[in-house]
Amino acid sequence: MTAIDLSDRPNRWWRSRAVQRFMRHRLALLGMVMIVALTLACFLGPYLLPYDSLYIDLRARFAPPLTGQHYLGTDPLGRDIAARLLEAGQISLQVGFYAMILSTLIGTLIGVIAGYRGGLVSAVLMRIVDAFLAFPSIFLMLALAALLKPSPVMITVIIAITSWMEVARIVDAEVRSLREREFVLAGRMLGLSSTHIMFREVLPNVLGPIIVAATLTVARAILLEAYISFLGYGIQPPLPSWGNMLNGAQQYLDKAPWLAIIPGLTITIAVTSFNFIGDGLRDALDVRNDQN
Amino acid sequence: MASFLLNRLGQSIILLLIVSIIGFTVLNLIPGGPLAQYALTPGMTQEDMDRLARQMGLDRPLMVQYFDWLWRMLQGDWGTSYRDGQPVVDVIARHLWATLLLMGTSMVISVGIGTWIGIRGATHRYSAFDYVATAGAMVALSIPTFWFGLVGIYVFALRLEWLPAGNMYTIGDGSFADYAIHLIMPSFVLALVNIAVWSRYMRSATLDVINQDFVNTARAKGLTERRVLMKHVVGNALLPMITLAGMQLPNLLSGALVTETVFTWPGMGRLFLDSLSYSDYPVVMGLLMLSAVLTLLGNLIADIVVALVDPRIRLA
Repeated sequence: MTAIDLSDRPNRWWRSRAVQRFMRHRLALLGMVMIVALTLACFLGPYLLPYDSLYIDLRARFAPPLTGQHYLGTDPLGRDIAARLLEAGQISLQVGFYAMILSTLIGTLIGVIAGYRGGLVSAVLMRIVDAFLAFPSIFLMLALAALLKPSPVMITVIIAITSWMEVARIVDAEVRSLREREFVLAGRMLGLSSTHIMFREVLPNVLGPIIVAATLTVARAILLEAYISFLGYGIQPPLPSWGNMLNGAQQYLDKAPWLAIIPGLTITIAVTSFNFIGDGLRDALDVRNDQN
Repeated sequence: MASFLLNRLGQSIILLLIVSIIGFTVLNLIPGGPLAQYALTPGMTQEDMDRLARQMGLDRPLMVQYFDWLWRMLQGDWGTSYRDGQPVVDVIARHLWATLLLMGTSMVISVGIGTWIGIRGATHRYSAFDYVATAGAMVALSIPTFWFGLVGIYVFALRLEWLPAGNMYTIGDGSFADYAIHLIMPSFVLALVNIAVWSRYMRSATLDVINQDFVNTARAKGLTERRVLMKHVVGNALLPMITLAGMQLPNLLSGALVTETVFTWPGMGRLFLDSLSYSDYPVVMGLLMLSAVLTLLGNLIADIVVALVDPRIRLA
């Protein structure tokens, strides 16, 4: 290796290889655009629509899309679906986002400790991970949701509780492989505390895989919210969420198929976008990829 | 082999204990709990509640309750359903086979289609097919299963009227063909996600094998490409997939729960939801444990099968 003079190229993050690789990933870019658009629409859109999401108009029940100013039609109570969809998006996206933060924190904490400490600590922690993975996640989530009061915050917590294991496993494996490296030894020789070594020295080297896993967790969390809300144990009406908009849709499937099609399509678009972004980040951050 | 089995069995038992502690704590410690259903009964006094709690053994410390439950569970007594007083084992057994039928059919479908897509994607890497399959898998992974079911019902049951919209059989019919036609849509809906997962892993497993020396040797011997693929590549690529099949089990169970709800399929998932809404905790607990046992058993069987098929792996 010869030293190359890089001094004339300032080290700007947007010029980094990772960013360039991400920009070449067309599906990831598409996902990024979709998410930005969706977020803007959900948080700004309701101010532009003529109807409020809770306004009930029994004369306009079951209006198909594009009737008057009900751009996406109305539901069985005559509420405007466009307004509900966007407001539901605010909730579903936030649930997905905060569940991701929470589960990534839990998973990272447990993964770092298990990977760095090794031995008995690791054995105990990783068995707990295995135990959580042995439950089909929806079974555990529904049991929790049925017992706790299903507010958006609670649903976020429940989703986080049932989806931190993946991150924990990834971080554990990465930290384990870094544990014996020279910089860790150097840190120990300098007398740094293990907490400092774990979180200030080792953790930054694992950020790539964590970011990828976190992005995919958002996708997963949005899906999980949709599942439990669809089954009636998630976000409770009149508060709309993408999942609970579908809750009553099945019985009107013949009469008003748009009740089912529109929210489901939105969920699919949002989740697909996050998955695309995660895939792009995986390429960009050069995270080892089992699925190639 | 024997020591491996013992070791794994020991690990599984420890895992099941942790699983049971998590499940038991969740169901008993959290407000609500088994007594909540009685609290709303008219004329219920605090004394009545206390008496009920005593009868049900809920006034004892949680640890005592847990060990009592565990001891009975080990003796095969899973408790009785609050709903109809029947033994939990019987209630679950009645619903189990419907779920196994659905999961089994769906597994066969997803393995078949997923394997084909995966191999074709690997042999025609970076072709249009490969790109479509890759993007398609990502979309398939993002579609909510229940919504895919709803769309399926709308198209094939309501508009085209080709397939029934739900249930396991027509009342009064129940012939093999009748079961089969009811099985088609739910099993394909449940298979979608697994086709996606399976095809991705199959593709990378095939790519791992396809460039190895023994494949080149097979080609050098003058075998046709087809023979090379079928005899030398696919078999080896399928090996790691056996492990994957075991690992996919909990997801399959989760998916089955949702699919059963949409298609009113009388399986474990529906039983779980019904039991939850009736606060029938013995059944809920039984189902949680059973699903964990199935998962662990699936992983164990997968490991054993891999070891039996692949002489390179020695279980120690």
